[in-house]
Amino acid sequence: MHQVTLPVLGTAAAWREAARAALGHRIPPERIDWRFGNADAGLFEGAPLPPGDKPVKVSKAFVELADTVVWHRDPERFARLYRMLWRLRTMPGLLSDPADPEVAKLRTMEKNVRRCMHKMKAFVRFRDLRRDGPRRSFAAWFEPTHHSLEPTAPFFARRFADMDWMIATPEVTAVFEDGRLSFREGAPRPDLPEDATEDLWGTYFRNIFNPTRVKVQAMTSEMPRKYWKNMPEARHIPDLLATAEARVREMAEAAPTLPPLRSERIRERLAAPRVQARMTFEELHARAAEENAQDLPGYGRLVMGEGPPDARLMVVGEQPGDVEDRIGRPFVGPAGQMFDACAAAAGMDRGTVYVTNAVKRFKYEMRGKRRLHQSPSAGDIEHARWWLTREIELIRPRLILALGGTAAETLTGARKNLLKRRGTVEDTAAGPVFVSVHPAFILRLPDAAAKECERLRFTADLAAAREMAEGD
Amino acid sequence: MIGQRAEQYKNIMARLDLTRKLAILSDAARYDASCASSGTSRRDSRDGKGLGSTEGSGICHAYAPDGRCISLLKILMTNFCIYDCAYCVNRVSSNVPRARFTVDEVVTLTLEFYRRNYIEGLFLSSGIIRSPDATMADMVEIARRLRVEENFRGYIHLKTIPDAAPELIEEAGLHADRLSINVELPTDASVRAYAPEKDPGTIRKAMGEVRGHREARKEPSFSGKRPPKFAPAGQSTQMIVGADGATDATILGNATRLYGDYRLKRVYYSAFSPIPDASAKLPLVQPPLVREHRLYQADWLLRFYGFRVEEITAARTDGNLDLDLDPKLAWALENRHLFPVDPQRAEREMLLRVPGFGTKTVNRILTTRRHRTLRYDDLARMGAAMKKAAPFVTLRDWTPGALTDSAALRARFAPKPQQLQLL
Repeated sequence: MHQVTLPVLGTAAAWREAARAALGHRIPPERIDWRFGNADAGLFEGAPLPPGDKPVKVSKAFVELADTVVWHRDPERFARLYRMLWRLRTMPGLLSDPADPEVAKLRTMEKNVRRCMHKMKAFVRFRDLRRDGPRRSFAAWFEPTHHSLEPTAPFFARRFADMDWMIATPEVTAVFEDGRLSFREGAPRPDLPEDATEDLWGTYFRNIFNPTRVKVQAMTSEMPRKYWKNMPEARHIPDLLATAEARVREMAEAAPTLPPLRSERIRERLAAPRVQARMTFEELHARAAEENAQDLPGYGRLVMGEGPPDARLMVVGEQPGDVEDRIGRPFVGPAGQMFDACAAAAGMDRGTVYVTNAVKRFKYEMRGKRRLHQSPSAGDIEHARWWLTREIELIRPRLILALGGTAAETLTGARKNLLKRRGTVEDTAAGPVFVSVHPAFILRLPDAAAKECERLRFTADLAAAREMAEGD
Repeated sequence: MIGQRAEQYKNIMARLDLTRKLAILSDAARYDASCASSGTSRRDSRDGKGLGSTEGSGICHAYAPDGRCISLLKILMTNFCIYDCAYCVNRVSSNVPRARFTVDEVVTLTLEFYRRNYIEGLFLSSGIIRSPDATMADMVEIARRLRVEENFRGYIHLKTIPDAAPELIEEAGLHADRLSINVELPTDASVRAYAPEKDPGTIRKAMGEVRGHREARKEPSFSGKRPPKFAPAGQSTQMIVGADGATDATILGNATRLYGDYRLKRVYYSAFSPIPDASAKLPLVQPPLVREHRLYQADWLLRFYGFRVEEITAARTDGNLDLDLDPKLAWALENRHLFPVDPQRAEREMLLRVPGFGTKTVNRILTTRRHRTLRYDDLARMGAAMKKAAPFVTLRDWTPGALTDSAALRARFAPKPQQLQLL
């Protein structure tokens, strides 16, 4: 019979070493008596393990399991782990069978330890020691269910690295000073100074509680009573529960009150100045000029819309092209000319509509000396939305005509199925939106007959939109 | 001597003042359900130059007797508000006491609570004062102070004000882990009725903008460098349940659209609960807690179990969920022709639909059945709730026989009739 006594500090490493030696010598589980700390020696002193450190291969999954289970409170944990290790020699796939009773038991123990570690991360409460020095120092007393401090302490070191701290438990104390973490065997509960912040925390705890939805079980299943004695907020729980019902009754019985005087004034002010609060056209153009003073690589300048401020119809295209960017006006390039021609055929006077683009800047890539057009990205579209919204607020058109996918996406939220949706009016936050194709789409059609056909359809769309916007 | 006394007195008054403000402004914040602190980018302070860490999973540092997790310091910057939303305790026409934190106070409270391991970070919301932009600017300043000046690496959740300028929302997303905008009520009509100053279109547009920012930051720039992350823990929203007449089908349909359109991380359902100095417009009744719970269960089925809204809400004709049974069990009872299922052979999609099987249990079944034949006790050990699952599965050593189709099956699961409380 062999006897192995594992230390309270560094248990995991010590168990691993012992298990490796035992397995290397093929010592069967029933011939090892595992002990922990300075527990009473048994009736019979067993022999220590024979020396020697032959390499033993085990799966990573088992190492992870063992590294957690060694911290369990169960005195049988070391023997159980070693039995599993022994079985794994002949059944290497055993751990992936969660239905095996021994595996299931170890998995449960693993879960218990993990839960205990998690609760320690949650429920440790530091007190300010108010020591002088370059670093602030804090200390806590905690009573974990399992031997969880050693595996959990690195978490606190990652989180509270700019201060010194100490966590004392009945068995082990973790100390973090000047960035170094160390452990020593436990001491009796230290006398920690009062910390006034605990009262503030208690105030928060009392007030975040909603007395109309008491669910004691939900609380105690996640925050069991055994932890309460070391948590400053827990002392408020009995009182909160005792008064909850009365508080709810009071709320229900209270007569409705008259709104405070200021309420009426605020609401009047809120209802009135909506129109005034808007930017004027001058302000909007001034802001665009301000932005245009700076160069944005890969982008042209902000090209604002144009047209009379009382236009009934607003036409929204995609984005300025090379020509528009150089001239600084919308709808003057090839697609703009196509639009003008169709508009004239549809009886629409360009002087009476407000034309603008969904995206305000020409986006390009330099190819040699040419600026090659680039489609706007989702980010470009989002950025431009603010400008278009201001224009819509100022013009307040009866109808908005969205030309092409980008305009449709900005205004209606969707660019899909454009050809199916063309010619229809959709109700949006910006008002009614008439959807049609972009004139550049017609320009790009290779077949002359198809081009003519689309030209006619586009002209018909423009005529329909004009009628809707101008009719009474 | 007198000077020292005066100094002490001033300190005590300042503290009392802070205590009172904290009481008012946390009381006002308790109706926001979200307290998640998980799923953001991993950070720590091992370099010794900052404070805090986030490691994937969130931590609930305490639980209030209402069963809700306390993970973040959830406060309002101010509960002064110029809006008049009927369901809200802070509406302009309410007589609750008002207070306002300074930027310094919020920063100090957050850091001092964090250092004592009370919280994972800050959840900051606010009433609307002066204008949406002014309010949002103050909130962004708090987040900036914490991140940039104090090197705080814990979690920050900012409630975004939908009407605020896009530049402010953009800066908020650079400092915060999560942004959220509440849709408030399940339908546009009820938002207009109960929150007259709020516009459902503006709320949705703001959510769309946040989504746009998040996606734009995911594309690396031409130099291959990744732009700084934008709200890495995503955006969420909250709907109040039980204040208007919306059915569960409407609520879940709306939630599904929100998940799809704006890639929300979470939709929170908050049972409408009586508030102090309530508006006469809304009834003061017990909050529908069971309904809220069923909605969360249904939400999970939609997101992780492959159910569609129509399937979940088909069990009853009025478009509401069955309050007595969880939605998966209710669905299974209506679709008994698909059962019993053989866990040894069934496909993943079908296993996910067995009552009592969670996603983890299903994964375990799929790995284990490659090795061996599953028995009743095996399933229990793998985490299946066999009391629920037994009538719906067949195994080598278990067959439900006529149980699956028995007329009394529903009664087996429905809660027993309860005696009314005497007091």
